[in-house]
Amino acid sequence: MKNFASLIKTLDSTTKTNTKVAALAEYFAKASDTDKVWTIAILSHRRPPRPVNTTLLRQWASELSNIPLWLFEESYHIVGDLAETIALVIPSNPLQTDKSLTEFLEEMILLKKKPEEKKKEYLYNNWKALDYYERFVFTKLITGGFRIGVSQKLMTKALSKATEINEDILAYKLMGNWDPKTITFQELILEENENDYLSKPYPFYLAYAIENEVNDLGDVQEWSAEHKWDGIRSQTIFRNDELFVWSRGEELVTDKYPELEKLVGIIPNGTVIDAEILPYANNTIGTFNDLQTRIGRKTVSKALLKKTPIILKAYDILEWEGNDIRHLPFIERRELLEKLFETISATEHLPIQISETIHFNSWEEVAKERERAREMYSEGLMLKRKDSPYLVGRKKGDWWKWKVDPLTIDAVLTYAMRGHGRRSNLFTDYTFALWNTNEEGENELVTFAKAYSGLTDAEFRKVDAWIKKNTLERFGPVRSVTPYYVFEIAFEGIALSKRHKSGIATRFPRIIRWRHDKKIEDANTIEDLKSLIPSTSITTTE
Amino acid sequence: MKKPLLQFTEKGIYCSAAKVYLDPWKPVDKAIITHGHADHSRYGHKSYITHHRNVPIICHRLGEINVTGIEWGKTFTINNVKFSLHPAGHIIGSSQIRVEHKGDVWVFTGDYKTENDGISTPYEVVQCDTFITECTFGLPAFKWTPQHEVMESINNWWLENKAEGKTSILFGYSLGKAQRLLKCLNPEIGKIYTHGAIENMTKVLRPLVDFPETTLITKETKKQDLLGNMVLAPPSAHGSTWIKKMVPYVTGSASGWMTFRGARRRRAIDKGFVLSDHCDWTGLLESIKATGAEKVICTHGYSDIFSRYLREQGYDARTEETQYGEEETTEIEEKIIT
Repeated sequence: MKNFASLIKTLDSTTKTNTKVAALAEYFAKASDTDKVWTIAILSHRRPPRPVNTTLLRQWASELSNIPLWLFEESYHIVGDLAETIALVIPSNPLQTDKSLTEFLEEMILLKKKPEEKKKEYLYNNWKALDYYERFVFTKLITGGFRIGVSQKLMTKALSKATEINEDILAYKLMGNWDPKTITFQELILEENENDYLSKPYPFYLAYAIENEVNDLGDVQEWSAEHKWDGIRSQTIFRNDELFVWSRGEELVTDKYPELEKLVGIIPNGTVIDAEILPYANNTIGTFNDLQTRIGRKTVSKALLKKTPIILKAYDILEWEGNDIRHLPFIERRELLEKLFETISATEHLPIQISETIHFNSWEEVAKERERAREMYSEGLMLKRKDSPYLVGRKKGDWWKWKVDPLTIDAVLTYAMRGHGRRSNLFTDYTFALWNTNEEGENELVTFAKAYSGLTDAEFRKVDAWIKKNTLERFGPVRSVTPYYVFEIAFEGIALSKRHKSGIATRFPRIIRWRHDKKIEDANTIEDLKSLIPSTSITTTE
Repeated sequence: MKKPLLQFTEKGIYCSAAKVYLDPWKPVDKAIITHGHADHSRYGHKSYITHHRNVPIICHRLGEINVTGIEWGKTFTINNVKFSLHPAGHIIGSSQIRVEHKGDVWVFTGDYKTENDGISTPYEVVQCDTFITECTFGLPAFKWTPQHEVMESINNWWLENKAEGKTSILFGYSLGKAQRLLKCLNPEIGKIYTHGAIENMTKVLRPLVDFPETTLITKETKKQDLLGNMVLAPPSAHGSTWIKKMVPYVTGSASGWMTFRGARRRRAIDKGFVLSDHCDWTGLLESIKATGAEKVICTHGYSDIFSRYLREQGYDARTEETQYGEEETTEIEEKIIT
């Protein structure tokens, strides 16, 4: 545990990728095989289920540190991280312990089934015995979610350095369903075992946003373009008469989309399709908001399936007739995909469509199509080099996303909340409002969106200092502030919504700039916002 | 009802019986000043009364002012109100202000800390009825490690950076923290370079405290000269071109805020050292208890939370809004002298 805690401390205390990779590689070179498997599992978000709920954690931490619960809660709001708060408030009296990471995790797995007093005893003993940083890491293992700036890619790189196995091969091995409790390092990393690969997806190839003018991409004829659909990126696997649907977050989501079962037996075994999951009621693509009702649910009711059915919008094929074809040029993969669609076209009402290739002769024509993105319910265009293989991870050069310019509106800052993690203790999560004329004919500010990104650290500090001096009321961690500052807010999509006070839901709202030049009277109105909704829109989310 | 001895007004903390303000934030005729940080000693008052160790500091910062220096513990009377200054341990020359009128004793702490840092005269408990306390770090999450341990880790960090051939850049407020760090840095490890703001302030304080030798960084200073050595800089210098010229370097910050992992990452600092010139949670509670005060007024910091806790502990505690606690922001706006 000491080594693991010190690894986390090093990872957490540097922003430099090279230092992180070096620390991880050094750890992997020294750690025991079981500790290695657990470390990989934890850093790729495969931690064991939480053995104690956070309500009990807070209660016991406040008892052990001899402070009232409300004071613990207030401290938590300010620190912004539960494990960190617990580690800070509990009096330190460390004893030497040489229990390994694996032993701790095995204890935590068993702990889940134990009675409450045993759990409390276990936590008390460990909280007291560990030093500050180990206590933080120990509590993090219980609450889950290490956000220490170690991406899967970075970890894979370090692992590759330590094992001398190719990074792409490692990325593939680490995907999918494996259980750190039962798998050995030998099986997970070192051995080749084809049977394990039944459900395994390929690492996703991700595109960067285009940086310069599209003309800089060179000859337009070398590129293929299609709409960039605004749903959930997914990989659908047909192998051995079974279906596996993976989301980009490497989550197996097959059960959330039962309508896709229909495709088994129609799409041949040994096929893997890269596609977007899109809401598709009444034969029309819906907004991301519609899809949101499907994402959150654990069980999908019949009513929901009827109200918000989904389809796959397929744009690539990664495996065909059981062969990995990612090395083939995009255009050839695309031909295979089209061929597949011809063979299945005889069956009606299948929940799958091909993402149409756009035909064009010049970049100007491509740009024109991009302008149609909002009416197509897309986010813009995807540009793919015709001869590009399907790469691993986010790589520059062959694939680009060319999003439409965001919609923007000027809104008034009305509420602020403290941020989390890096921004704890600073008011960085803001709520914005627009003007509306109420039934009495008075102008009032109505909340329409929350945003917590888009300002520089220096700007956040200034706004934070201003908020602290201009607070009207406090509601726990939230403060209402004097309406004074105007910010330009950008967002990707917009739809009517009954759930929102303003009657409108916006997608990816973020701060574009601080409009020092505008007074609150100059901010936009709810009517202005409504006028941005595409006229083709008919859907309303609950 | 009779007027309280000290009132919180638009201009600052006011003693109407003596017609005098304590650390006012707007220009007044007569001001008693606790210490030299910009949020406590501001421009524009007609006369200043402060401890004599603070006189050179505020004269350096505010220029030509009408100031009287006073000894610790010496009582001076204005309109029958008795005033005296007592060490606050916050920075060099920092005082608490004791105010007594008709048997009613109030103490205003300004900023204070209970640990003896070796350069500020150590904090002294002053018995009172009403205690006006700062609570910058008034949360149980704040617990300080003894200075010698923190300084040992800072010196070790310097040694490690030196071994890697890198320059160590350590951030601390130009008044207070910088000198506290300087006093405890080990000059045997290497040379100590300073940013202009720190060099100038330290020069003012050299007659009062024996500090290790420092070298001001000028346009003529070469990057190679700095390698393996220490640079003391104000937080505002972080990210400036002045710093960027020093590559390869490692940055560290010494502040109570470094308790939070987020604070260090937010400022993109390589290493955080928890070292504060304010009281930690226990320090605040213990000093309040020691004063014997029944009434406690909490000013800047986590005042709402802290005063609620005090009320639960049986104190008559409340919060008052002030314009203190902006060292950081004022420091950022401080001009970078290169």
